[in-house]
Amino acid sequence: MYETKYHKASSVADAVSLIGESDDGKLLSGGQTLLPTMKARLAAPSDLVDISGIANMHGIKVSGSTVTIGAATTHAEVARNADLQAACGSVACLAAGIGDAAVRHLGTIGGSVANNDPAADYPAALLALGATITTNTREIAAGDFFVGLFETALSDDEVIVSVSFDAPSKAAYAKFPNPASRYAMVGVFAAQTANGARVAVTGAGSDGVYRQSDMEAALDSDWAASALAGVQVGSEGLLSDMHADAVYRANLVKVMAGRAVAGCA
Amino acid sequence: MTEGIGARVLRKEDKRFLMGKGRYTDDIVEPNQAYAAFVRSPHAHAEVKGIDASAAEAMDGVVAVLNGEQLTGDGIGNIICGWGVTQKDGSGMNMGAWSALATSKVRYVGDAVAVVIADSIEQARNAAEAVEVDYKILPAVAQSMKALTNDAPEIHDNAPGNVVFDWEIGDLAPTDAALAGAAYITEMDITNNRLAPNPMEPRSAVATYNDAEEHYTLYTTSQNPHVARLVLSAFYQVAPEHKLRVIAPDVGGGFGSKIYIYPEEITCLWASMKTNRSVKWTSDRTEAFLTDAHGRDHVSTAKIGFDKDHKIVGLKVNTKANIGAYMSLFSSAVPTYLYATLLSGQYNIANIYCDVQAVYTNTVPVDAYRGAGRPEACFLVERIMETAAREMGVSPVELRRKNFVTSFPHQTPVIMAYDSGDFATNQDQALKAADYDGFEARRTEAASRGKLRGIGFSNYIEACGIAPSAAVGSLGAGVGLWESAEVRVNPVGTIEVLTGSHSHGQGHETTFTQIVAERFGLPTENIQIVHGDTDKVQFGMGTYGSRSGAVGMSAIFKALDKVEAKVKKIAAHVLEASEDDIVIEGGEVKVAGTDKLMGWHEVGLAAYTGHNLPEGMEPGLKETSFYDPTNFTFPAGCYICEVEVDPETGVTDIVQFVASDDFGTIINPMIVEGQVHGGIAQGIGQAMLENVVYDDDAQQLSASYMDYAMPRADDLPNYSVHHASTECPGNPLGMKGCGEAGAIGSPPAVINAITDAIGNNDLSMPATSAKVWAAIQAASAKQAAE
Repeated sequence: MYETKYHKASSVADAVSLIGESDDGKLLSGGQTLLPTMKARLAAPSDLVDISGIANMHGIKVSGSTVTIGAATTHAEVARNADLQAACGSVACLAAGIGDAAVRHLGTIGGSVANNDPAADYPAALLALGATITTNTREIAAGDFFVGLFETALSDDEVIVSVSFDAPSKAAYAKFPNPASRYAMVGVFAAQTANGARVAVTGAGSDGVYRQSDMEAALDSDWAASALAGVQVGSEGLLSDMHADAVYRANLVKVMAGRAVAGCA
Repeated sequence: MTEGIGARVLRKEDKRFLMGKGRYTDDIVEPNQAYAAFVRSPHAHAEVKGIDASAAEAMDGVVAVLNGEQLTGDGIGNIICGWGVTQKDGSGMNMGAWSALATSKVRYVGDAVAVVIADSIEQARNAAEAVEVDYKILPAVAQSMKALTNDAPEIHDNAPGNVVFDWEIGDLAPTDAALAGAAYITEMDITNNRLAPNPMEPRSAVATYNDAEEHYTLYTTSQNPHVARLVLSAFYQVAPEHKLRVIAPDVGGGFGSKIYIYPEEITCLWASMKTNRSVKWTSDRTEAFLTDAHGRDHVSTAKIGFDKDHKIVGLKVNTKANIGAYMSLFSSAVPTYLYATLLSGQYNIANIYCDVQAVYTNTVPVDAYRGAGRPEACFLVERIMETAAREMGVSPVELRRKNFVTSFPHQTPVIMAYDSGDFATNQDQALKAADYDGFEARRTEAASRGKLRGIGFSNYIEACGIAPSAAVGSLGAGVGLWESAEVRVNPVGTIEVLTGSHSHGQGHETTFTQIVAERFGLPTENIQIVHGDTDKVQFGMGTYGSRSGAVGMSAIFKALDKVEAKVKKIAAHVLEASEDDIVIEGGEVKVAGTDKLMGWHEVGLAAYTGHNLPEGMEPGLKETSFYDPTNFTFPAGCYICEVEVDPETGVTDIVQFVASDDFGTIINPMIVEGQVHGGIAQGIGQAMLENVVYDDDAQQLSASYMDYAMPRADDLPNYSVHHASTECPGNPLGMKGCGEAGAIGSPPAVINAITDAIGNNDLSMPATSAKVWAAIQAASAKQAAE
């Protein structure tokens, strides 16, 4: 690891000012991506601004149908939160399947969303649920937030404070893990929302998470796994790597979508 | 006797490992220790036009930046290959030079060109990044088949066409004639995928030069510290043997990769002399992928013929073996004498011919990895047997049985003389344990759940316990492969056994004590195993090739014979009895049929006080033996794998894995079962998960656990492990090796099962879900076309 300066931010405002003062600083939340990258000497931020201790960035609030999750809430907290399990079990279940126990107890929803790894799980859920990402300066709709591979609408000194969404009437996430990393090789989040059926796919798209609109249309007319049978998923625009080519990923998108719909509660 | 042969004694070494008190090389801290960081080539093939270390040398904490010109200038010798293979035309190998630090050319990504020695590891790494190397990039090639094409770049000047050697075994003309007359022929292309060894503990070295004594000490992650000392002194000229102590303390797994003496150990020793500092280097995981010798990487074509009664008449094989960028220590033996000599499998085959072209590529050197050549042979033989059975429309079980070798000794046409075995009994036992008769019902039931169920077999045999020194010498080995042991009985009767074997996970500290306990009726807690230090153990050949039981323990057995003889002489003298009447049991030395006896400790004391010994007898009680085996040992068995495949995704679950092994005499069944479990896990890893992938520029794409899929607990089934033993006639304990069998026997069982399930035999390792799904698609497309 290269030398870096560590700062513990006491508030969102403190974090914004610390990151603004740094040369080439990075926000540190759970560090489950950033720290391994730094240890491999693939990232060398001048400063680390630790936001994991900021009190009002923690916790899960369910108010009516609206769910709000503080950005510094760990995957483990999301997975075991009883209110969330009751309101939107699919998201709790998704969090329970991220990484391993150590990752889940340190990694946070804000960190995952801000990193926008094309194989991360949360982006699929937030996109499908039409979530709102709230930062220190504004609210961003999930549809506008996830821009591309590891790219988001965030500016350099912008801090995610929370994410919120309306609990869907039905939803489920079906993940097909990469055999080595166990990130999603394909993950499909299917939801029946107030705005209609939503199907978001992670792990497969060469621009990151995306919505499979033909499936959404099919599910709008008939919410059943069998409704997806006639949808042809093409391999154009899908990732291809040593583990899975685009044709296989296209197949998995269809299979996992069917399983997500079938698994919906 | 609760701790003797056959007892499930818990592993004595586990207490310190479980308490975190194992002492590994990286735990060693020498006073004033400095750290090494290597400057490695980012290119797979390039000329080194110049190295500018001036910026690095000026950085904080940097002690020295050293390069290959300085290393060779100091007379450090090139890295050797320890086994000379003779080519078809009688000539020797076309071996290119390998310097510990490259001088004019780099030949794989990770090839070291310089080393930085600094006060801290971070300072060393920062400075290593500041060393500027001027490379002229050359075209590179990673695959053996591509390296053999006309337009491939030439990697070593003295290896035209990148061919290291072109070698053959068996008789070509009779094999061709037999195949020409065969009633049935099966032909296959068979690839054995390239693996990275991935021991849990990465390689490490701590080298200390003492200028007052002109003496060197090297702590290192070695499976064979004496071989390391020999090679470092005799060939690399680092130090004379008596001025070099090599210590391999606790070592966390090797799987073959820690047999070799790598550039880093050589460089650390030399750098310690150059800087007069202790120098430590510990590989990180990326460096391990880039520099630990890889395994396998064979591309073969095979043709087998049967007569009208389905008896094998001949087998012809051609193999291209990727040897990597340089010839590692045993790299030449692996695809030749450790591979093609096992192509007869468990079968009576009158005619076998195999030729092997070993090929240089711009990849990490390839050498022995758990099984070393035998997994490649077993995979080929057992895949083609299963395929032939399918093509002839006969039972794969019956086809094998019909062709089993049934009388011993059995001379194969490819050097090996099998000494013992009972292949049918192992097959019977495995079939019964797997409930083979119930398989079709299980297949039908799985189909009702939408799953494709398949069953696959592997009847492996391997040759291990290497090996008779004269035999391997005649085949080109540069060393003998005996083992040494010294048994020291202390004056109070406790015992230290010094062995040339080295335990890096095998449980020697437990198993070895059991044969001493068995012999004298002593508790194992009174017996200590000493290994891994050239200052303590006089010499030894180390642990690899499943040799520590059959060879290492035989040496201990022979030393125990000598101790027993002297103990009897002393007791007979003290007890005024005939030596022939002395018996040793339960820790007592008795005169048979009387109540006269000495406690074991009393004999020890008598030996060391010397007050009352037979006339002419030297005091003391310490005996040494060097044991040279008379043959390889031939573990064999039957593995049955049953899988269920999800046709929608290609995901394959191993729902049953049965092993029935013949390991001869088993000292500790718990440890043997552990070896089988671990071996099968590695075999399943090869069959379904693990793969080293290079791109077209010979960059390793799979050099981290983000992309190299190691098997995890939830990838693996519960194993059903059984034994049906025949005693090995070649060693005094009747033992065969068990360390590699699981890794050798399991891959073909897995692939045979999956291909049975999906109805498409065209499936290569690793059979990932993506490949299995594609094979299912290909099979249904073919069916649709028909």
